[in-house]
Amino acid sequence: MASISFQVNGKPQTIDVADPDTPLLWVLRDNLNLTGTKFGCGIAQCGACTVHLDGNPARSCSIPVSEVAGKSVTTIEGLSADHSHAIQQAWIAEQVPQCGYCQSGQVMAAAALLAKMPKPTDADIDRSMSGNICRCGTYQRIRRAIHRAAGQLGTEPAAAAQGAGGSVSGVAAAMSRPATAELLHFNQCTACFATAPALPGGAR
Amino acid sequence: MSASPIPKLSRRHFIKTTAASGAALVVGFRWAEAAFAQSENVKDQEKPRVNPFTAWIHIDKDSNVTLIVPKSEMGQGILTSLAMILADEMELDWRNVHVEHADTKPDLYSLGTGGSGSIAEQYLPLRQAGAATRQMLIKAAALSWGVDPVTCHAKDGAVIHNPRAHRLAYGELVEKASKLPVPDFNKVTLKNPDDFRYIGKDMPHIDIPSKVDGSAQFGIDVRVPGMLRAVIARCPVYGGKVKSFDATKAKAVPGVQQVVEIEPVVTDCHSAGGVAVVAASTWAAIQGREALQVEWDLGPSANISTASLREQMKSLTAKPCKVVRADGDADAALAKSSKTIEAEYELPFQAHATMEPMNCTADVRADGATLWAPTQSPDWIQGTVAKVCGLKPPSIVVNTTLMGGGFGRRYHTDFGVEAAQVSKAVGKPVQVLWTREDDIQHDFYRPTFHHRMAASLDDSGKITAWRHRLSSTSIALFWRPTPKPEEQEIGGALWPPYAMSSFRIEYAPATSGIPVMWWRSVEEGSSGFAVESFVDELAAAAKVDPLEYRLHLLGKTHLVGHKNSDDDVLLDTGRLKGVLQLAAQKANWGKPLPAGHGMGIAAFYSFNTYAAHAAEVSVESAGKLKIHRITSAVDCGRVIDPNGVKAMMESAVVYALTAMFTEITVDNGHANQSNFDSYEMLRMRDMPPIDTFIVPSTVAPTGMGEPCLPPVAPAVTNAIFAATGRRIRRLPIRAVDLA
Repeated sequence: MASISFQVNGKPQTIDVADPDTPLLWVLRDNLNLTGTKFGCGIAQCGACTVHLDGNPARSCSIPVSEVAGKSVTTIEGLSADHSHAIQQAWIAEQVPQCGYCQSGQVMAAAALLAKMPKPTDADIDRSMSGNICRCGTYQRIRRAIHRAAGQLGTEPAAAAQGAGGSVSGVAAAMSRPATAELLHFNQCTACFATAPALPGGAR
Repeated sequence: MSASPIPKLSRRHFIKTTAASGAALVVGFRWAEAAFAQSENVKDQEKPRVNPFTAWIHIDKDSNVTLIVPKSEMGQGILTSLAMILADEMELDWRNVHVEHADTKPDLYSLGTGGSGSIAEQYLPLRQAGAATRQMLIKAAALSWGVDPVTCHAKDGAVIHNPRAHRLAYGELVEKASKLPVPDFNKVTLKNPDDFRYIGKDMPHIDIPSKVDGSAQFGIDVRVPGMLRAVIARCPVYGGKVKSFDATKAKAVPGVQQVVEIEPVVTDCHSAGGVAVVAASTWAAIQGREALQVEWDLGPSANISTASLREQMKSLTAKPCKVVRADGDADAALAKSSKTIEAEYELPFQAHATMEPMNCTADVRADGATLWAPTQSPDWIQGTVAKVCGLKPPSIVVNTTLMGGGFGRRYHTDFGVEAAQVSKAVGKPVQVLWTREDDIQHDFYRPTFHHRMAASLDDSGKITAWRHRLSSTSIALFWRPTPKPEEQEIGGALWPPYAMSSFRIEYAPATSGIPVMWWRSVEEGSSGFAVESFVDELAAAAKVDPLEYRLHLLGKTHLVGHKNSDDDVLLDTGRLKGVLQLAAQKANWGKPLPAGHGMGIAAFYSFNTYAAHAAEVSVESAGKLKIHRITSAVDCGRVIDPNGVKAMMESAVVYALTAMFTEITVDNGHANQSNFDSYEMLRMRDMPPIDTFIVPSTVAPTGMGEPCLPPVAPAVTNAIFAATGRRIRRLPIRAVDLA
């Protein structure tokens, strides 16, 4: 039994796990009952499990909890107490979610993007959000909502402070480079997949 | 639909459950099905197995109004749009409106959500129930004031007596109203649609705030005291079974508590069975399954492959098949024509790949069971679990949770039945989770299809013969022996809307053990691709603009089809032309495009809704396709929730586009794909802009979940033809098709 300490949504937590390789996702969901972070694929391909690790977006399904020791984790539950984060406000204004299952991950990925890049272009959004799959097809609304939130960020210091220092290119590194990308090129960002540094959780 | 006073049993049940807040008015009504009169309600109550009500309106003393519905929210916004209909007819303040999923208690209802039917079926009964309830509340207020009800009206959740400006909130009237008889639903006065204040407006979806802060509770989020977690090792080949297993290593994984075998359930279920690893935590269960050793009896399907199925279907359609419908002598017309066009269209298996993998939490006890299931079909789970566990259906409660996508996958019962089997075996509540690999490898796939089409044209381009031979891995035949294997394979291809002087469609089922079932739009996605690709090929052969060709062949407004039952709604060619023209106009059809770009169009009628898309594409160097934009039009009758209609349009386009670039292939009886690295989804970077336009209408509303999907693929492939002269006849699109 290993005892691992880290911060979750600003509170210190100590977790006893039999297997230190247990992914952070299952510790959040099963041990801490923070069920907002979702299981989608288990191999860092869909982004449903995205949390912030020391401010950077990370795929909690593929990060052993032992690697989180001493670090700070923010989950969707910790983004704001009352939907007040600019991304959450924009998500509601643009009526983004359908089934909603992927949206915790989408919101966390978008919040990390804005923290790093307050006025992202469409190409920035393509690069940073393509690691998050939405099967309901809310991508168009996500794009609009990010632009909407970007317009608000300048006047919302609380939101701008969220997840400072996020690595945008790191999100792209965690993505697959599937054959679909070989066939379709709706933007010119494919080069970044090969060159971006690896993000925690991208390698497993 | 019944308008009955609540039978005492039901009302007591609700009053009891809301005892803390005192009395409540509960109006139960029957969700759209055959109407039955008040007198029949009494008879109905005498049958202990059937509850006469399937939906309820519950009003508490604080004027909170809760609509309890037997419909599953899976992202289609149904809870909001149903609430809008009720709120309008009941004159509610939107802030007081709540919606809940009905559970299966105490008896079997008809709770399924599918076929894009919820709005079409429930629009009228819900309005009638709302109007009847409003009438009761007005009457209660009028009695309180001693005035004539006609001098009173309802607004914002209160009754107002005009001349003296008396006002009573609904909550203040529930006690008095609950003693009044419920009026006959068929005689209540409905609102004038001109006075609608919610219907037709963009209302914020009720479930959205909970979906941006992680608080929405999906099936996977259910937590029951003392529950264990389980994953199941299933035979990699469909129809295979456990021969033997050794749980020693699995049980050595810390946290693993039990390893139990569960039987496959074939009838009404087709669950795979297998070996369940039950543990204290999800991760321990997953690790335990990794360590588990199972020897499988692979069964009769171990040789099935996509390649062999493709060959089989190709050879079946090379010869005459069973004639499903014929009009005139298409063979003779083809034989004597000097201008014939032939084409084959192929579609692969597709997985549903809901973002939330299958899961269910079950607590099976000796005297009954409780399940929490992200399901489109709670009553089917209830019935099947009853049989499998040897329980009576009324002893089983299925709670429907929010669900991370449905698309037809969650109409099945396998994931619920498995959870019940495991819980029964270990005697504790258990949450069975499917990993993504389980989900993609043990789906009930969209069938694979092979269309062989032939047509002849006269000198003016008119269709003199249309012959369509279709083979597929029949859904009906997979589920049970049937003389009608074509039942869920043909759809709109049975009645193409275009003028033709002879027609024949034939069908032959392929022999396959691969599980198949309903996938968003079922057979219409396949038929839409075949019909709308082929008519585009005929337009090219006739050297006519593809839009003009379609409009010409649709002719003057008329109905197409044959009514087999009162429920059948025939295709109206005027409405199909309407969506074609709207999409074309908004996409600037016929205007010059940048060099290398092409525009394609397609329209299809399914689920009683009309949809059309115009796609603009280019194929750039190295055969890369770029979809520049999709312009979409829909006629779904009166629109309840315009923003929801647009959301469903965007959703259908993305779902259809994904299926143009990905596929499930089978070798040795199992899927080659297992996760999103091999079964690839459309992503943000692939997303073309979609513009949705809605045909204004006052006719009865129809569904939006599925009907916008079928014309997407042909609009895109027709655009590829316009841009490059290349016809894509086989999905998914391969790089070689574009190079």
